[in-house]
Amino acid sequence: MAPGMNYLKSTESDGYRRRLMLLFWVAAFFFLVLLARLFYLQIFQGHEYARLSENNCIRLQSILPHRGLIYDRHGRLLVDNRPAYDLLIVPGDVKNMDEVLERLAALTGIAADEFRDRLERNRGPGYRAVLLRQDLDRDAVGLISARRYDLPGVRIDAKPRRQYMYPGLGAHLVGYLGEVSLLELQRPENADLRGGDFVGKTGVERVYDGVLRGERGGRQVEVNARGQVIRILQTVPAKPGASLYLAMDRDLQEETEKLMEGRVGAVVAMDPNNGQVLSMVSSPSFDQNLFARGIRSDEWRALVNNPHRPMENKVIQGLYPPASTYKMISAIAALEEGVVDSETRFFCSGSIRYGDREFRCWRRGGHGSLNLKEALERSCDVYFYHVAQRLSVDRLAWYGRAAGFGRRTGVDLDHEEAGLVPTAAWKRRRTGVPWQGGETLSVIIGQGYNLATCMQAAVMIAALGNGGTLYRPQVVHEIRKAGGGILRPFTPEVTGRLPVEEAHLELVRSALRDVVSSRSGTARRINDPELDIAGKTGTAQVLSRKSDDDETSSRPGFEPHAWFVAFAPYEKPRIAVAVIVEHGEGGSTVAAPIAADVIRFYLEKQMADDKALE
Amino acid sequence: MFDRRLITYFDWGLLALTVLLGGMGVAVLYSAVNAGGHVSQEGLLLKQLLWFAIGGGGMLLSFFVSYKKFDQWGLVIYAGCILLLVAVMVFGRYGGGARRWLVLGPVSVQPSELMKIAICIVLARYFARNFMGQGMGVKDLVQPFILVLIPFILIVQQPDLGTALLLFVIGGSLTLFVGVQKKTLLGFIAAGMAAVPVVWLFLKDYQKHRILTFLDPGRDPLGTGYHIIQSKIAIGSGQLFGKGFLGGTQNALDFLPEQHTDFILSVLAEEWGFVGCSLLLLVYLLFLAWSLNVAYRCRDPFGTFLAVGITIMNFWHIFINMGMVMGLLPVVGVPLPMVSYGGSSVVTTLLGVGILLNISMRRFLSD
Repeated sequence: MAPGMNYLKSTESDGYRRRLMLLFWVAAFFFLVLLARLFYLQIFQGHEYARLSENNCIRLQSILPHRGLIYDRHGRLLVDNRPAYDLLIVPGDVKNMDEVLERLAALTGIAADEFRDRLERNRGPGYRAVLLRQDLDRDAVGLISARRYDLPGVRIDAKPRRQYMYPGLGAHLVGYLGEVSLLELQRPENADLRGGDFVGKTGVERVYDGVLRGERGGRQVEVNARGQVIRILQTVPAKPGASLYLAMDRDLQEETEKLMEGRVGAVVAMDPNNGQVLSMVSSPSFDQNLFARGIRSDEWRALVNNPHRPMENKVIQGLYPPASTYKMISAIAALEEGVVDSETRFFCSGSIRYGDREFRCWRRGGHGSLNLKEALERSCDVYFYHVAQRLSVDRLAWYGRAAGFGRRTGVDLDHEEAGLVPTAAWKRRRTGVPWQGGETLSVIIGQGYNLATCMQAAVMIAALGNGGTLYRPQVVHEIRKAGGGILRPFTPEVTGRLPVEEAHLELVRSALRDVVSSRSGTARRINDPELDIAGKTGTAQVLSRKSDDDETSSRPGFEPHAWFVAFAPYEKPRIAVAVIVEHGEGGSTVAAPIAADVIRFYLEKQMADDKALE
Repeated sequence: MFDRRLITYFDWGLLALTVLLGGMGVAVLYSAVNAGGHVSQEGLLLKQLLWFAIGGGGMLLSFFVSYKKFDQWGLVIYAGCILLLVAVMVFGRYGGGARRWLVLGPVSVQPSELMKIAICIVLARYFARNFMGQGMGVKDLVQPFILVLIPFILIVQQPDLGTALLLFVIGGSLTLFVGVQKKTLLGFIAAGMAAVPVVWLFLKDYQKHRILTFLDPGRDPLGTGYHIIQSKIAIGSGQLFGKGFLGGTQNALDFLPEQHTDFILSVLAEEWGFVGCSLLLLVYLLFLAWSLNVAYRCRDPFGTFLAVGITIMNFWHIFINMGMVMGLLPVVGVPLPMVSYGGSSVVTTLLGVGILLNISMRRFLSD
């Protein structure tokens, strides 16, 4: 209390007493207004409101927005909506439920018990509609509509449903829809959604869900005693969602998938000049239409129990040792750090001793004496073992990260993996054991702790192709409003530059060309002067190599993964490709032909287009 | 410490009115969660009874502390409520697109409700200490304005425009009661009217849309517009005597997610009719009159202003809630005291009653 303050001192009481009286009369007046309003509603208009109330007759119906469509880069429709008819019942409007359900069973050929089941499980307050059956076939819709006067409380709602025009095509890229989960409903950005709504679960359907979704509308309707709409009072139209134009070329995607048929692995093709993803395949795939109509539990089990993991997007989630494709980074690191120059030669006898261990070259007989360019062309391991003894793992890791390994590429898809570029500090943190010199020898040839995604390999090879720029891979080319105007145009995004001098880059690039075009290159099989491909093979060991006679042999089930990364044409690249085939053994025999076919298909199509333009 | 005279002067009448209102509230809530026979949400009823118990405990607590302590601790109470509002911004739980609740174990509280009492306390404190009996000028009003503005800004962020504006309505009404110079008052009205178009220019489109919907629910026929139509049907169909206890049919429709909170009056009106509503209005009016009588008999300025502030708060709650449910006023989140379901509202109202009882029974004491 403030010192000296006297609570007993009167409050100028007379003045306040007058005001208190005034306050009371003001309150009484306001209450009189409320009373008058009550009189008006309950006595004066009471009969009319009682009539409206008897039929419970003003209802709210939701109008679902049209979900945005998905096209390929040339505007060919990939994902459409089709009307689907749902059968609903409003229990509060039904007098004799058993009779109505029996009638429905007769009209649809579906057992009445199935309806009863759903009714019991989903029943809410009396006038909330219960979904009896989604996606009713058209005959049943016709029969029920014709008898609707015998079926009080029964309602058929047309609802747009997703239709994937080419089942399985680009399934991982496009993604699919599913019923919104409780967790998703609680997010503030999903305030517009209700239980039972469909939302994007994976792929661009998920990442761009907010754009595709549109805005729900609704109407106030007056219904009669049977629950049938007799008048629409007010309507708020739904706002359709915007459409996606993917960077993907449907034909190339189709071709790529054909090439991967029967194989397990991933392929991604990019435009090296801007990061647009031209095709992207994770094999095996799945049919998104299963999800669009509501997947059954046995179908779901079959998908998740498949040992080849069809639900995984192997392009961005599959982690593999980059193997010899990493030697490009090792070569750049060696050159930039001054460990070797273009003339430095080492002798490969097929193996090298380091400490008390023998480190082998994939070619048992050895490569003889080679320089860096020849070492890349022939993928000699021993050459790089020599380099590793002159380069710390941390310096090497710095170049690896600069080339985009060990961090997410930032592609506009969910659940991308970051991979791993090991350093001495990382190993100490992770295992508590200091780095061993021998481990650098494994890491420099892309084995050991190294882990990369197919997407990272593609971004790296695209950068080598375009002169050193790393782009963020983007699967969406542009977003268009429902009316047709462009909502978001495509803009390339640079995420980094390879830290390499012009001359050094040229040396590595020309070595990659020799990999394909030289007689001793590891990918000479795919040589085609028309295409002028530059690339690099890789063979990722699944377990430590036991009987490594050459790059391809191993035991069944433990066959190495086959890599090939490439860009073409050499001078002015228009496409960059990364391929990984799980247990595909040799990069040269399995992965390289797939990459070559993708490149051929794309370039021939481009040339045809160019000619058409002339 | 405890003075026997306190019992002698205990205000049984005010307590009886409060209990009567609470009883009506529980009866209506029972109906709201049971009518129609489909939904059983007895959990809500039990929870509400628990809240009454908690609020009653808070009420009791305030007997042992003289209300004069609120004068001393006014700024601390105010600062505490501000901290809670800040905590809502950081840790608050989302519900219906807004962030208004703090989750404390099994219960969630809405600090913006408690803020209303804190505003009454802190303003009563300021007016009692600084006001000399003549009408206040502009300078005198700067401090109270800032005291209201700070929580206003915090609550608008949640966003809860209705509750935020209510702080200004309560604070403004109390200020008017205490007295403002005529020219100052006219100046404020003029300045306020001039500011409206300027503020409007700075608002973003979605904010404008929100305000327009707030003023005219008909713009949102799927949300508040629909609530209003259903609410009017429920009230009107009650007619003179109502459909009887548990006899409401509109209520069973599940038309309002807020039928047991802000729109509970429509349940009462449907089942108890014009007679029941008039009775409720009468009890409320008695309750307010009794509260004003507490202020009337109090002999120190702080107690008088505090009692008036709490009465004003209750009055606006009753009037705005009923007005909105009857379609006279925009739909804002204002609960009906002692009747609406909701812990924060019950506790706030009972704390207010506790303070009134406190002032009432200490009117002859000085310490």
